[in-house]
Amino acid sequence: MIKDAVFIGIIFLTLLGAFMAVWLRNIFYNALGLILSLAGIAGLFLYLNSEFLAVMQVIIYIGAVSIAIIFAIMLSHPDFRQHEPRSAFKVVRAALIAGFSFFVLQKTVRGTSWALSATDGDYSIRTIGRELLTVYALPFEAVSLVLLVAILGALLLSGRAGKEDAK
Amino acid sequence: MSGSLQSYLLVSTALFSFGVFGLLARRNLIALLISLELILNSASLNFVAFNKFTLADKTMGQIFSIFIIALAAAEVCIALSLVLLLYRKTGSVNVDDAKELKG
Repeated sequence: MIKDAVFIGIIFLTLLGAFMAVWLRNIFYNALGLILSLAGIAGLFLYLNSEFLAVMQVIIYIGAVSIAIIFAIMLSHPDFRQHEPRSAFKVVRAALIAGFSFFVLQKTVRGTSWALSATDGDYSIRTIGRELLTVYALPFEAVSLVLLVAILGALLLSGRAGKEDAK
Repeated sequence: MSGSLQSYLLVSTALFSFGVFGLLARRNLIALLISLELILNSASLNFVAFNKFTLADKTMGQIFSIFIIALAAAEVCIALSLVLLLYRKTGSVNVDDAKELKG
């Protein structure tokens, strides 16, 4: 009873945050809506028995990605309170396409009979860590290489920008 | 309610549609990035939902979501530095102003 009420509340907050993130014209409120939505998804991860992912979602998405986005907003929009102009035609077109994709996908989700299995099992962090370092060792190393290249690329890009400013 | 696969899939579908709407309607590069994050999160929610309700191995979907989170962090890192570079070059973060492909 209470569990379901909290569940519906979390879903409501997630969707409200997503709505704020795409609809409001102030880019700063968009970032705040994104944070609300990500926190809601972390709550849904808790309902899916994935506590580790919920914590990672809060640390990485809310703590790092959203803060980086807010930094970029501060650096690129000194007057971030301005509202960007919006053309009604583009909004209607986007709403039609997004509504159509939602309609098709929800029809598929409701219409399919999913092959369910038992929901109890080993969700523990210990197993995740062991699998990451044994079965998924190659993707794990590849992702770490991608992160390294991303850091180097970001450094290179911002370094070149600094030189161009000095010229 | 919280024990059915469909409710999670519907939430993730709604998040995906919000993201598609944002990608098509917005002109601000950072707003496009925020919409992209919503789409990535809907995929990750789908992985974890299927992990709980349909898989026998209850860690596989979680590991896929961890990879999604790591790749999203790399993507945001590169994209934000490109956005700032574009801002310094053109004085705007609007995609309509980024129309020169000449170096």
